[in-house]
Amino acid sequence: MMDFGFSLSPSSTINLDKADLSLLRKVRALEPDVDICMACGSCTASCTAGPFTGMSVRKVINDLQRGRATEIGKMVSGCMLCGKCTMVCPRGINTRHLILSLWRVYDKEAAR
Amino acid sequence: MIERFASGFHPFVLPFMFGMVFVLGYCLYGLVHIYLQLERRERRQFLLSLITPATIWKNVRDIFLNCLIHVKLWKRNKVLGYMHSSIAFGWFMLIVLGHIECWVYMPHRMKLFYYPIFFNYFVSENEATVGGAIFFFLMDFFLLVVLSGIALAIIKRVRSQIFGMRRTTRPSFPDRIGLYSLWLIFPLRLLAEAFTADISGGSFLTVPMNHLFGRFLGDSMHLLPTWWAYSICLGIFMTVLPFTRYMHIPTEMLLIPMRNAGLKIIHARRGFAKAQVWSCPNCGVCIDACPMNVKKANIKDATVYLNRQIRRGNEKRIEEISDKCLLCGKCTELCQVGVDGPALRMAQRAMRDYAYVPDYKNVTAVGSISAAAGAAAGAISGAAALRSATTGAAVLEAASDSSTAASTKASTGGSVLYFAGCMTALTPAISRATESLLKKAGVNYEFMDREGGLCCGRPLLTAGRYDQAREIIKKNRALILASGADTLLLSCPICYRIFAEHYKLTGIRVVHHSVYFQELIAAGKLKISHSGERLVFHDPCELGRGCGIYEQPREALSSVGTVVEAAESRGKSICCGGSLGSLTLSFAQREPITKASLENLCAGSPDRIVTACPLCRSTFARYADRPVEDIAEVLDSAR
Repeated sequence: MMDFGFSLSPSSTINLDKADLSLLRKVRALEPDVDICMACGSCTASCTAGPFTGMSVRKVINDLQRGRATEIGKMVSGCMLCGKCTMVCPRGINTRHLILSLWRVYDKEAAR
Repeated sequence: MIERFASGFHPFVLPFMFGMVFVLGYCLYGLVHIYLQLERRERRQFLLSLITPATIWKNVRDIFLNCLIHVKLWKRNKVLGYMHSSIAFGWFMLIVLGHIECWVYMPHRMKLFYYPIFFNYFVSENEATVGGAIFFFLMDFFLLVVLSGIALAIIKRVRSQIFGMRRTTRPSFPDRIGLYSLWLIFPLRLLAEAFTADISGGSFLTVPMNHLFGRFLGDSMHLLPTWWAYSICLGIFMTVLPFTRYMHIPTEMLLIPMRNAGLKIIHARRGFAKAQVWSCPNCGVCIDACPMNVKKANIKDATVYLNRQIRRGNEKRIEEISDKCLLCGKCTELCQVGVDGPALRMAQRAMRDYAYVPDYKNVTAVGSISAAAGAAAGAISGAAALRSATTGAAVLEAASDSSTAASTKASTGGSVLYFAGCMTALTPAISRATESLLKKAGVNYEFMDREGGLCCGRPLLTAGRYDQAREIIKKNRALILASGADTLLLSCPICYRIFAEHYKLTGIRVVHHSVYFQELIAAGKLKISHSGERLVFHDPCELGRGCGIYEQPREALSSVGTVVEAAESRGKSICCGGSLGSLTLSFAQREPITKASLENLCAGSPDRIVTACPLCRSTFARYADRPVEDIAEVLDSAR
């Protein structure tokens, strides 16, 4: 292989073929709106819990699409359900209910 | 009066006896069942209230006024009120008078359960007395009262608008059987007594009917079949009663003492909650009350259908109905039985099993530290926030350890702690105006969550996550107690409600800013000039129906401009549609609710719409055609 003098760091490589998207599929079944997110980050900017717990709905959705269940687990445990993310979402996604659905289908064992 | 039959019995009483024994047995079983479902503490509380003279009096009064007279229905609509009280009170009087009559003339037959009900069949009038005439008159009179109610009930089935109800529930199949047998009972009783009036005696209704029938029937062959039919109808009604909405009649008599005892819904389906569900008369008043019911949407999600589905055990629908609700509380406000729709729904949400639940044990309220640190240093000032997690944790621990010390200090502190709440962070104009007003009035205050703070816990509570809400409450409470303030000022009614109801801040006054500013104006500390502008006040659900605050905001506003009323206001105020109470309503579904609420507010053509809730303000501002402002902004902008 030709050496271009730079390469992808393996730790940040996203391989969607290997990603386990089962959680995304489960969430999508309950919340089809998860796919219309455009990752603007309004939710994260308005988040009450974010500064205290690291909660970020934008990251949660991003991680869902990448199959990173462990990171999701860390974050959704910090949501306080205040609902401001839903109020500011320009796509009209019911993000608050998305978190509730995630709590419902999240498999603690599989994510570890 | 003499007896016609030595045995004092006829087989036609059997259907009635069967129904009566069945329904009494069922009610007794239900009573014991619900009582045993109460927790030990609740049982003691309930029994204690039953022997407390004040509550006994309250129970008797409430049962008389609500179950028999239906006062709340009278207040709503006179025809609807008359219809219900004529049937309930009239029937009650027929039963009572029947028993008195039997007790006066045939005391030895009192032990026969059916005798007072079919009294006229078993006796013969041998001499006319004044006492007898009075009894006959009263019996005929109350029968007429009941019949007039039944006539109205039949009309109501066809045209409910006359009774002030736009929409009413569709009766289920057992409900229909109960309904039709109830309608038949009284006309049959009238016929039976009319056919018997020449033997037993009668009054202005039964005697002329007897003569009339005697003219063209010419014999008394119709007497016994009518008594049979009357007894069968009674029997059918009693037998189907436990499976119909009419179960509300006996259950409400249990619900009222339970509520007066101060019981709360703990388990979604057991004990007090069960009494609430079975007390629902399925009248459908809550359908018209529900703000979600715009353009005939969400009709099947009213509280009446929640109760029906809980009785049927339809879990899928129970979940849908409970999650959709805005928890505005208007159904409870208008319900004549007082079924607590929001509390019932929150309990349903709480019993839901999540695979994963959040945990805030390691959360430190970093942003709020300035207040706590300031208090720890013994001085309340706008000290620089110590934004270090370790210090924060230390302060928190210190706060929880010395909470008693803090509360004693609070009584001498004499300063205000302002908690704007997370919703206000989206509308900073409110906190800016509040601060400006506090400065104008020269109030010594500290802004607790200037740098951001934890949620108050109410959104978690409404979502049924009680344990998580408790954790957050504990953290916020420690901070507030450590601040040494004696007043906690809130500009968000959502926060205000949970702080007032669940925080147990002994020694600290929890006050909403609309009330606080009204007091400052009344005390002359805030000088506000009148502009003559027309203002309409929107009662936020949590502040109005939730905490009963209606007058103070209006009084405060009247010093700025002319307060005009919305078409429906105070207890009947319509939710803005933005409520956090609903878990599933989408943005698009909320839009018509908000627009309908705005239309209601603009009935008096106000110049500005004023509210006292950051959430209502944000929601209205989206669609309003005129300025929407918080009460603090309006007061602050007045010159």
